[in-house]
Amino acid sequence: MKFSELLSKLVADTCDVSLPLFGPELCIIGAIVGLLLVRLCNFERVLPASFVALAGAGAGLGISLLQFRQFGDAVAEQASTPLFTGLLMYDPFTVFFRVFLLLFLLFVVYLTILSGIPDKEDGPDFYVLLLGATLGMMLMASANHLLMVFLAVEMTSVPSYAMVGFLKGRKLSSEASLKYVVYGAGAAGVMLYGISLLAGLLGAANLTDMAHALLRFSEMHTEFSDPAVRALVLAVLMVLVGLAFKLSLVPFHFWCPDAFEGAAAEVGGFLSVASKAGAFGLLVRVCLALVGPPDHESTSLATVNLYLGVGLGIIAAVTATFGNLAAYSQKNMKRLLAYSTIAHAGYMLMAVAAMMVVLNGSEPPDAVVSRAEAARDCIEGLLYYLVVYFFMNLGAFAIVALIRNKIFSEDIADYAGLARQAPGLAVCMLLCLFSLVGLPPFGGFFGKFVIFASLYNAGFYHASMWVVLAIGGLNTVFSLVYYIRVLKVMFIGSATDDARTIDFSMASNAGRYVLLVSVPVLLLGVLVNPVSQIARQVAKQLF
Amino acid sequence: MSDNALLSLIIFLPTIGALGLMCFNAKAEEAMRNFALVITAATFVLTLLLLGRFDPAQAGVQLKVLAEWIPNWNVNYFLGVDGISLPLVLLTSLISLLGMLASWSVKKQIRGYLILYLLLETGMLGVFLALDFFLFYVFWEVMLLPMYFLIGIWGGPRREYAAIKFFLYTLAGSVLMLIALLMFYFGSGADRTFDLIRLAEIGQGRVPGVQFSEFVQITAFILLFIGFAIKVPVFPFHTWLPDAHVEAPTPISMILAGVLLKMGGYGILRVAFPICPVGAQYAAYCLVLLGVISILYGAFAAMAQTDFKRLVAYSSVSHMGYVLLGIAVWKLADPNLGTTAGAEYWESGINAAMFQMLAHGISSAGMFFMVGVIYDRVHHRDLNQFGGLMGLMPEYGGLAVGIFFAGLGLPGLCGFIGEVFSVLSAWNYSPLLAILSAAGVILTAGYILWAVQRVYLGPEYKGPHREDITPMNGREASVGYVLLAFAIILGVYPESMFGLMRETNKQLVVNMTEGYENSKKNAPKVSAVTPDLGEGVLFDPIAIPANPGAGALAPAIRGR
Repeated sequence: MKFSELLSKLVADTCDVSLPLFGPELCIIGAIVGLLLVRLCNFERVLPASFVALAGAGAGLGISLLQFRQFGDAVAEQASTPLFTGLLMYDPFTVFFRVFLLLFLLFVVYLTILSGIPDKEDGPDFYVLLLGATLGMMLMASANHLLMVFLAVEMTSVPSYAMVGFLKGRKLSSEASLKYVVYGAGAAGVMLYGISLLAGLLGAANLTDMAHALLRFSEMHTEFSDPAVRALVLAVLMVLVGLAFKLSLVPFHFWCPDAFEGAAAEVGGFLSVASKAGAFGLLVRVCLALVGPPDHESTSLATVNLYLGVGLGIIAAVTATFGNLAAYSQKNMKRLLAYSTIAHAGYMLMAVAAMMVVLNGSEPPDAVVSRAEAARDCIEGLLYYLVVYFFMNLGAFAIVALIRNKIFSEDIADYAGLARQAPGLAVCMLLCLFSLVGLPPFGGFFGKFVIFASLYNAGFYHASMWVVLAIGGLNTVFSLVYYIRVLKVMFIGSATDDARTIDFSMASNAGRYVLLVSVPVLLLGVLVNPVSQIARQVAKQLF
Repeated sequence: MSDNALLSLIIFLPTIGALGLMCFNAKAEEAMRNFALVITAATFVLTLLLLGRFDPAQAGVQLKVLAEWIPNWNVNYFLGVDGISLPLVLLTSLISLLGMLASWSVKKQIRGYLILYLLLETGMLGVFLALDFFLFYVFWEVMLLPMYFLIGIWGGPRREYAAIKFFLYTLAGSVLMLIALLMFYFGSGADRTFDLIRLAEIGQGRVPGVQFSEFVQITAFILLFIGFAIKVPVFPFHTWLPDAHVEAPTPISMILAGVLLKMGGYGILRVAFPICPVGAQYAAYCLVLLGVISILYGAFAAMAQTDFKRLVAYSSVSHMGYVLLGIAVWKLADPNLGTTAGAEYWESGINAAMFQMLAHGISSAGMFFMVGVIYDRVHHRDLNQFGGLMGLMPEYGGLAVGIFFAGLGLPGLCGFIGEVFSVLSAWNYSPLLAILSAAGVILTAGYILWAVQRVYLGPEYKGPHREDITPMNGREASVGYVLLAFAIILGVYPESMFGLMRETNKQLVVNMTEGYENSKKNAPKVSAVTPDLGEGVLFDPIAIPANPGAGALAPAIRGR
């Protein structure tokens, strides 16, 4: 093939296939450029930066919704399309995360408009960072190449560091940012090393090729004592370290409470939901690449992957337990929510662990559902949980931000008697927190139920999943104590005389926003099927 | 009104009422109280309509409502009543109505109180009407949230501790229940289901090709039993009860004792027993023993109390022991064949347990109400500082003594029937345990008579706030009279309740004994056939006796 032919093919692929399907990301890029221009030309007075951000996110969301509908029309046959010669993957999974992240971006931008962080002066800078991080997360969820994996993770992380330290002049905030940077840089270095090892050992960096390369590799090297195998396992672990950092899994969680406490609640909410979602999308993609093409016969590869799944299950159980127990003694609400975020990452990781075990374990003799169906249930659980988590965690952080604007405090003790002064706000907080515990009739229950159900089913493939399930169940009881402590202060405690009173009307824009975020928490627990169906369709395409 | 609308309305009318309360002006407290009272009264009337449509001669579930809820996971909105749930539904709506009448003593944050109260009623009625395990679980948990706040906000001095203790205990139990739920769901064959009736058929070996293994039945039964035992409460899971009951405000204590404790017994009869006959038989002795221990322990503990309300709370532990005793007296004639000895005794035990739940619902709600009436006046509950109330408040004294005698189990009042029949049926199971449980009756008489003596009799009132002791008002008296009337009616004419539940309980016993025999018949074949065969091969449908009563339900549900 001549070079010119190659070039024209590349151009055709880029312009005809990739760029149109890359529309939502292009919208965000356009909005970023627009924001920088606004900054450069001092247009802020005429055109507030938040509007540009909203417009970009809205346009991107519109395009992704259209893409989502296309998949909805032609569900079964539509195969996944590689974009940019296989750097990215375009499939329902990608589009699901695009919709998820852009919708979340819209909610966060609107929250920042309501809560007034950032101020007008800093607006463009802040929104550039916010949009940039979202772009990185969208790439994470669609990455199909080791290079993109690293780029996407960094593209998410670097703006996040800056956003955490955005409250300039506050010591706590700068400290948080520095901790986050140092930790993040270390994790990124380890991950990059792992990626280079992996690419070198397998001779492939594209995740789809990697799966086949792994299969060939496992045929050549069957013994664990083989140094190449050890190097490979090490490489995979190093890549997972990078992801574990993004997911704030134990023992890579130390940055999380400090970063959340130092950052504004809006940023905390953004990081806790969006960055987790993107990282879980990426984790699923990496894990599926390791599993290899369906129905392969390599037992050695399956064994290694099975133990990877069990290991993820153990990390998940430890993370959930640690997060829940550490949250007990917290006095600052943002710090408490940070530990709760860690615990929830643990629950969601259980779904991925269950998926790995189901895909690689030995099939039980009396299985009534096929392997693919069981794995689909795991991802359905993960996606459903993410959707609920979107609302319940954003709701909690938004209420923290709105209360902060009234009483200038984020200490739990200062919430005393809130239920008398602002009953609407307190009830919405109740919805979010009980959903975080996982009680019916709130959405958190069904998310947890599906994850637990897939764990139980995975137990037939490897019994350790039953232990993880038991620990997960126990954690539900643990978590009740600290969530309800917050509610106890709000509903049962009474305000001290010198406390600032909160004057909050549910009829204001902020009140409507809180309702808009917290009512879906209840709806997702009652009208379960629509979202469950979407999650199932998306999950089905992966297997 | 169609059955569909009737059952759904019974459950959700209180919720609609709770939403309606939001429309009231925050100052219009009296109007809100009256509105909530009307809602609970209307719910009670609806349950009476339900009673009118129920055919007691028919075993099995009637007036079924079936709609899809989460088709992806085969979760259905499946409601219905049978002889086990109908009396408890009636009890729930009655106690809710009376509790609402007693709620005039609650003074602060009325709107929040009434909303939570009505949501609680929805949860309770939902538990008794749900026939889909997932739905059952959801309603079971829905109750927790209002209950936590009702105790935590409107309770006594140690309310926060009591409320969180209640919440944690119940949540721990329900997590165990969730695991059992998953075990059933994934064990129910290719078309996985949460349908309790279908699951019971599978558990009893009446569905060809699917069967819960012995291991699954025993494990699931233990998980479920702990979950329900916490609610009953059975010794040693009872420690939340005295705290919660004592700290809760009077109407909530009435509901806790009158309805919530019954959910444990109901859960055992509705879920744990029918689905896991093997597990039930495996644990039967342990259950009976725990029942007897609860009877004796509760009675001794009650005798040692100086707090009037705590005494009543421990009496609940004791009385609910009879429920467990009656449910579990399932004796095998031949362990190898799995045949049952004296199934009619067991059946009468279950009848007695059901009756005891209803009787205790009336008498303990009444006792808590009586304690509340005097507490509202003198603001203490120290048994040693009462006395002479009979002279000061003759009407109250008379009603209270009547209701306490009902709790004591005086013949002619409701407490007697349940206790005596469960002890009688226990004789067939184990004479020793029967004697011990009969001794509990004497202890009960001891602490109740002693309490009556210290509170109502005696020459004069010894405690503080003597000047505040005023006669009962009309509202209080009406609650007292209604409860006493029911105590007498149930005591004199127990057939009113036995008639409703008899056929269903008979069917339950037949199904479970046959289910156990099926599992024994199948068991030897498992070892005889090569182990790599699927379970479907092991099942021999001819060996299963035809079971027309409940079996007829299966096509109705499956054929939807």
